[in-house]
Amino acid sequence: MNILYDEQVDGALPDVDKTALLQALHNQWPALEILHQREDLAPYECDGLSACRTTPQLVVLPRHLDEVQGILRICHEMNVPVVARGAGTGLSGGALPLEKGVLLVMARFNNILHIDPAARTARVQPGVRNLAISQAAVPFGLYYAPDPSSQIACSIGGNVAENAGGVHCLKYGLTVHNLLKVEILTVEGEHLTLGSDALDSPGFDLLALFTGSEGLLGVITEITVKLLPRPQTAKVLLAAFDSVENAGRAVADIIAAGIIPGGLEMMDNLAIRAAEDFIHAGYPVDAEAILLCELDGVEADVHDDCIRVRQVLENAGASEVRQARDEAERVRFWAGRKNAFPAVGRLSPDYYCMDGTIPRRELPGVLQAIAQLSAEHGLRVANVFHAGDGNMHPLILFDANRPGELERAETLGGKILELCVKVGGSITGEHGVGREKINQMCAQFNSDELTLFHAVKTAFDPGGLLNPGKNIPTLHRCAEFGAMHIHAGQLPFPELERF
Amino acid sequence: MNHGKDVDDSAALLEQVNQALHAATPLRIQGANSKAFLGRIVAGEILDTRTHRGIVHYDPTELVITARCGTPLAELLAVLDASQQMLPCEPPAFADDATVGGMVASGLSGPRRPWSGAVRDFVLGTRIITGHGKHLRFGGEVMKNVAGYDLSRLMAGSYGTLGVITEVSLKVLPRPRQCQSISLEMDSERALQRLVEWGQQPLPISAACHDGQRLHLRLEGGDGSVAAARDRLGGEILDGSYWADLNEQRLAFFDEDMPLWRLSVPNNAPPLDVNGTRLLDWGGAQRWLKSGEEAVLIRQAVSKVGGHATCYSHGLIDAPFHPLSPALLHYHRRLKQQFDPQGIFNPGRLYAEL
Repeated sequence: MNILYDEQVDGALPDVDKTALLQALHNQWPALEILHQREDLAPYECDGLSACRTTPQLVVLPRHLDEVQGILRICHEMNVPVVARGAGTGLSGGALPLEKGVLLVMARFNNILHIDPAARTARVQPGVRNLAISQAAVPFGLYYAPDPSSQIACSIGGNVAENAGGVHCLKYGLTVHNLLKVEILTVEGEHLTLGSDALDSPGFDLLALFTGSEGLLGVITEITVKLLPRPQTAKVLLAAFDSVENAGRAVADIIAAGIIPGGLEMMDNLAIRAAEDFIHAGYPVDAEAILLCELDGVEADVHDDCIRVRQVLENAGASEVRQARDEAERVRFWAGRKNAFPAVGRLSPDYYCMDGTIPRRELPGVLQAIAQLSAEHGLRVANVFHAGDGNMHPLILFDANRPGELERAETLGGKILELCVKVGGSITGEHGVGREKINQMCAQFNSDELTLFHAVKTAFDPGGLLNPGKNIPTLHRCAEFGAMHIHAGQLPFPELERF
Repeated sequence: MNHGKDVDDSAALLEQVNQALHAATPLRIQGANSKAFLGRIVAGEILDTRTHRGIVHYDPTELVITARCGTPLAELLAVLDASQQMLPCEPPAFADDATVGGMVASGLSGPRRPWSGAVRDFVLGTRIITGHGKHLRFGGEVMKNVAGYDLSRLMAGSYGTLGVITEVSLKVLPRPRQCQSISLEMDSERALQRLVEWGQQPLPISAACHDGQRLHLRLEGGDGSVAAARDRLGGEILDGSYWADLNEQRLAFFDEDMPLWRLSVPNNAPPLDVNGTRLLDWGGAQRWLKSGEEAVLIRQAVSKVGGHATCYSHGLIDAPFHPLSPALLHYHRRLKQQFDPQGIFNPGRLYAEL
């Protein structure tokens, strides 16, 4: 089922008088940069989900907040949908434009406004890159903890909109755990402050509600994040296992030993081979699974925990446990993992990255089921797994130039996500729903739950002009999606109790 | 994990909500009523959540516990304790029989809050009964879940005004291996300075409170880091029970016969120019004030430094929670309207308009 915006099932969008809109924007903001020629719009037709492309009506690139406010007011007045975009690195199509909409690019708001070492906060504009915050905090011995793998390029506004994660979430939390305050503009261009410089604020926790709301409730214009003292030291252990089950058990055993690693990552054999071939990290290529366990904190504690974890890994049946001897080797161990996606990309012309989460105990069964689905669909799947927090990234290998392979990859991906829901997990751990997983939302939530989501949207954007079609599917779409599944012979998990 | 009294009574709760919707009767949602002193006075038929109780699921290696709303908080904590785990946000109970539902609905966190996070940070999933008479599930039992809006966290601290929380899943963590508390003599200004300095260093501080004369610190972590910090910071040994007394407001400070205010401010805010006695918690970010000053003066002073003030003395003023800006109040009303169109859940508990 096509995931591009389909007015038949996603709701009719108002027609836009492009000339009148251009005129109105230009009249009010003569200096505002507006792209409207076909060739200028091309670079903006997709985000990190490059398989999905739509040419927007217009792209606006404001430099001043009053311009953003003005754009929102004009679009609201003229009934024009608005899709906000940061660096465009999102993997779920959250910033996929609309043919009948304006793409509001916030990337030029890239100033770090203030770093306050005493309060341990950074106040930044939404277009600031994630990594740039930590770099700016170096002189104070502080850093910003969430580190999505795109951190070199992704912008903090997008991180907030998607509630981005990373490899250190188990210990340090997601974006939502590391925010103090955001400034937003509503669809009508009204300014609201959510959260505060204190640790809480009166009333409903709108900061939590907006984090991960994928640009459907408001446009983020400023963010205050928490900074943490840099851990004194970090050590990495690499353990090889001859079965995925044993590696999974080792993860549970580490937690049971009362240890919360800074990072705890698993890779399966296909991912190990790909990474080793690409990065030469020194991974054992014959292992069925490896675990990378990073322990960080104060030197003495890290030393003790390394001894404990090594013991746990050996007891769980690791065939080999190696501790990075120095910082260079630690970085190399991580480089293999952090480059796992491009490494897998070298095995195949295209790959499709999934983002389901599962209770960790379900891992062996889920990996087995993925292997089976992979065989059924005739596509290879490499598995990379944030093992500490149950976030899987199966990478489906395919060749878009072969007829039908992209569709097969999408079908396989959808089935993997539905499997995650079935075992009590979620269709997305950190990449967001966007357009990519819009159909799978119908498997995770029933129509009453989706109706309440739409009600929340209505509270902030009754006209549905902010990023329509993302995050929450219409009931119509779910009905079509369900019908398609029935047509194929079975409902998605009819045995599941759905409330 | 059956404690004999574990009952799934959600059908009865749902039935009571549906009757209230039908009869347009406001409901006063309560567990043990341990936090009834917070917020405005609510008139309504009591919806007692305590019949719906029991731990639904707990697997220590998954670091998640799921419990029904009426489960006594003490029972949940005891179950975690038996597996050497804890709720890091250290919610105060204010009564022996306080419930898990009330803990989430009030969203109050204890001394570890600045370092570990608040109740909302540990909420992974909830089931709620809405003002449409539906029993719905949001979030789940996994650490990372960004599907749909985060309505579970929105429930934390909403004081039952958006719906009846029937079940919650919470992230839990292992108890630290080592815990020591110390006390150092210094004035509050000096204490705030030191806390700012220490906050930029990887020290294992997990609680910091200044009572006017002494700075009390709790150190938690591995053996090595706690011992090293203990050596470095010096001071006298403090009995660890101090933190529960602080959290449950059993210290002598709280006995004084004056209105009690909670001031939530940036940790490095200067001392506020308000008459009264005070106790600094959360490393300076939560300040307790015993003062007979006018609410408006207290709120002005705290707003000036970017914070807000809650009155903890029940019935003293009509707006115990810090008033919202007109723009924010507008969106609060619209949200309330969507969750509870008939306005039957704890009407007026948080604000008169909600």
